[in-house]
Amino acid sequence: KTVCDLNLSSVLMNSNLVHRADSFFLATKMAAPLTLLLIVAVTIRAVLFRSSWAELISERVEVVSPLNAWKRVVEGLALLDLGVSPYSGDVFHETPFMIYLFHFVVDYAEIVFMVSPDLVFCLSRFLTSLKQKYALESDRYPADCLELLRSPKEMFYIPLKVAMFYLLNPFTILSCVAKSTCGLNNAIIALFILCTLKGSALLSGILLALATYQSIYPLTLFAPALLFFLQRLYIPVNLRRSSFWFFTLQYAFIYVGSLVVITGLSFFLLGSWDFIPSVYGFIFSVPDLTPNIGLFWYFFAEMFEHFRLFFICVFQINVFFYTIPLSIKLKEHPVFLIFMQIAIISIFKSYPTVGDVALYMAFLPAWSHLYRFLRNIFLVSCVLLACSALFPVLWHLWIYAGSANSNFYYAITLLFNFGQILLVSDYFYAYLRREHHLTHGLYLKKKDGTEATLVLK
Amino acid sequence: FRFPSPIGHISTCPSLIGQCCKTHPGSFQEELVIRPLHSGDIYASFQFRTLWDTDFLQEGQKVSHYRLFPKSLGQVLSKFSVRELHISFTQGFWRTMQWGQPFIPSPPGAELWVWFHDTVSDVDGNWKELTNVLSGIFCASLNFIDLTNTVQPSASFKPLGLGNATDHRFLRYATLPREIVCTENLTPWKKLLPCGSKAGLAVLMKSEKLFHSSFHSQAVHIRPICQQCSSKAWELRQTLNVVFDLHTSGQGKKEWSLFKMFSRTLTEACPLASSSKVYVDITDNPEGELFELSPATPLLGQAVVLGDRRTYSVYDLSRAETFGQLRSFNLLLRWKGDSGDMLRPLLHAERYVAGFGLQTGEIHTVIYNNHPYRAFPVLLMDSVPWYLQLYIHTLTVTSKSRDNKPSYIHYQPAKDRHRPHLLEMLIQLPPHSMTEVTVQFERALLKWTEYTPDPNHGFYVGSSVVSALVPSMVAMRTNFTQDQPLFSSFVPVKEESSYFVRVYTEPLLVNLPTPDFSMPYNVICLTCTVVAVGYGSFYNLLTRTFQVDEPSPPLSKRLANLIRRMRGVPLLT
Repeated sequence: KTVCDLNLSSVLMNSNLVHRADSFFLATKMAAPLTLLLIVAVTIRAVLFRSSWAELISERVEVVSPLNAWKRVVEGLALLDLGVSPYSGDVFHETPFMIYLFHFVVDYAEIVFMVSPDLVFCLSRFLTSLKQKYALESDRYPADCLELLRSPKEMFYIPLKVAMFYLLNPFTILSCVAKSTCGLNNAIIALFILCTLKGSALLSGILLALATYQSIYPLTLFAPALLFFLQRLYIPVNLRRSSFWFFTLQYAFIYVGSLVVITGLSFFLLGSWDFIPSVYGFIFSVPDLTPNIGLFWYFFAEMFEHFRLFFICVFQINVFFYTIPLSIKLKEHPVFLIFMQIAIISIFKSYPTVGDVALYMAFLPAWSHLYRFLRNIFLVSCVLLACSALFPVLWHLWIYAGSANSNFYYAITLLFNFGQILLVSDYFYAYLRREHHLTHGLYLKKKDGTEATLVLK
Repeated sequence: FRFPSPIGHISTCPSLIGQCCKTHPGSFQEELVIRPLHSGDIYASFQFRTLWDTDFLQEGQKVSHYRLFPKSLGQVLSKFSVRELHISFTQGFWRTMQWGQPFIPSPPGAELWVWFHDTVSDVDGNWKELTNVLSGIFCASLNFIDLTNTVQPSASFKPLGLGNATDHRFLRYATLPREIVCTENLTPWKKLLPCGSKAGLAVLMKSEKLFHSSFHSQAVHIRPICQQCSSKAWELRQTLNVVFDLHTSGQGKKEWSLFKMFSRTLTEACPLASSSKVYVDITDNPEGELFELSPATPLLGQAVVLGDRRTYSVYDLSRAETFGQLRSFNLLLRWKGDSGDMLRPLLHAERYVAGFGLQTGEIHTVIYNNHPYRAFPVLLMDSVPWYLQLYIHTLTVTSKSRDNKPSYIHYQPAKDRHRPHLLEMLIQLPPHSMTEVTVQFERALLKWTEYTPDPNHGFYVGSSVVSALVPSMVAMRTNFTQDQPLFSSFVPVKEESSYFVRVYTEPLLVNLPTPDFSMPYNVICLTCTVVAVGYGSFYNLLTRTFQVDEPSPPLSKRLANLIRRMRGVPLLT
């Protein structure tokens, strides 16, 4: 099976890479390391799957959430076999498509195997298109900013770096070995990004609808995708222009239309609307307070009953709320906006897992040119690494040893989220700062000619 | 009741026969069965039966005249259209392997199951009100019964009375394993008796003695029965079972008397009772070699109970000679030698939680079939609270280390905060075997207000119920007659070759992970701080722009400029 999978992967990779303008160069020089990387990644997963660690990993609360645990998928299928609707209980929270997907796929594990390579290709593709953009625009910027632009050599290795960052990220590996369906959702989002960057509005809209259907939150990616298409088609974002409205309505129609079709199909698959409260109601109302790496569980376990609804609204709106100001601020940079949105979803969603974190972390090598403007990267890396190590330790102390209590684990989730917020805002800061330097020059002078410091005002 | 038997001097007592008061609209019977147990403990079982030939469920019929039947219960039955009601309060756990089967089994804590009439439209609403009313009548916490611990078993709880209802939509079953039973539950229970605790067997019920025992269970069973099948009658059975411990109640001496057990003796039967008897189980003591009974009675009786023919010494309290010269009846039971081993009960079940840590666990239910050569099916019913998330795909049933697939599974998964899991299975038990049923679960973290006052004590999971038709050693009597003793006539017998048994396992005590209860303000503040840090940093970056930092002039210069402005002099630059 694994061999088969690899063959498929290389075919996919070739087909992806070959038809680029500089494809010959790329295909010959990049295919080898990418294939090697793929083999390494698949081997690690295969070894872990067969090892005794697999079961341990699949029980970890950081890796699986009630929404995507493999154990719950199996339970849902078992309920279906018993003639009970999987949505009649509170164990199964996957969408009806997932039941049918897994119902017909015999060897489940391999699917999850194949998902991660997909993602890599999407991201590599996305980076090559970025490269093109920079190459085109380089002559527009002041001369001293050339060192801010990436050289073709640097750009060349970015797809490989992204692939490494995703495939060899321990978070991804854990998520994959636990057979968390989060990997599938990540793949759908990655495919959506790929189609968007390739300029296929139809496929992009359909995949975005699918991602929304899977876990509601990718809804916020509608704005960056729309902005990207507008930019690509040279349509200015102007509310008085009919071409703007024409395209917006067209894209919204594709999106809403496919969402309606997908939801309708699910209804016909099951013959009931039970999945709506069981999947989306479960995401929004946060009834399951099983600890995870997010902010919700302990907050709502300790919440006063009469404030619960209010705070659920506040926390859920928080995820969607940033879309509007970010879209205004980053309307020229939709790709970075996609990254910001995915990161915000991963931090503020109700049942986050490390698989979600891995998705936006895979983007980080794409922003390697921002590295010189990052302020806290050392601190943030230390915090994230320390937290990742402390999660299992404090979990053990609380749940198994009984020598710590829930506050210990909660403190670590708090710190982990704080680190993530710092990381994302740092990248946002660096991006804005780089944009500023690109227009105003890298070495700024004060009025009196001395070296100036740049501040936010 | 059969009188001719191989056992010695047996006389026939005319008063035993034909006591059913057909002329009265109701009748009342009371009896006490004493069974010396092999462990040296003693088991006393009271039963009181009130019969009432009326049908208060009939349309338009308003019953206002109550004689023997307690009015409080009668009104409840008619108001909520109850067809059958069974309620029990139990303190302690019945040890089947040491004590054998009880006459009427009950799980630790409170148990309530009710069949409603099929004319009821809002069963859940009726159930809710009924539990609250019963809670008031019995001074118990039955008001804690709600949808989260109520189930509708599909096969385990069939009506015991008239009628052949099969639609389990009208059945509600709930247990409160944590319920503590005490004097305040006994007093209202005694008040339901026609004589109260003033006369008859009920004078023995002194709470300071009854609750100083290994096991105490009191129950009320109401059902419609068929009296010679000419008219429908309501039967109210009140039972009280108690096991006195050899060491704590008997001071280690194998010598029991009514006075020692209850600190009372009997002086009269309840005047309202049509029959009032005391039975002592002497099956293991046919020649008086194990223990000695005084006063001795010439009256012997036999009854087929739980698949076994038992012999009893009978004392009829309605006859003056029972009380002797002292006008007081104090039964004395003195052991002579050591008793042999008890016959192992044919069906036995136990249950425990396996696993460690507060994340997952596994419920093991072990069912023993001790019959040497007969296999028989049992119905296992488990009702598990929602906060233990069961994974039905991990269910395994093994007998004799082989997979034993249940022939019928009814599973209803739990809904968080709405209803519990219900798992019912029909399992065939091979002869002389041990069958193990395991299922894995995950423990949920609850909201801090959902924990009980002592959260680290753990959460109770009600007993599993094993119901079975066990092959009988002797032919069971299928015809239901009035002259049978009460303890042998509770469960209707459908066929001669088997008898119905219900076995309750131990309730489970499961620990859940707990949040820190002193932290709500801190958690709200800290989490909101992190969210605010996110909001603040994004807000900062979104609303501001980059500018070259022009340092502001030093304070001295600004002060000087302020003064210069007031003076109207040109400012310093």
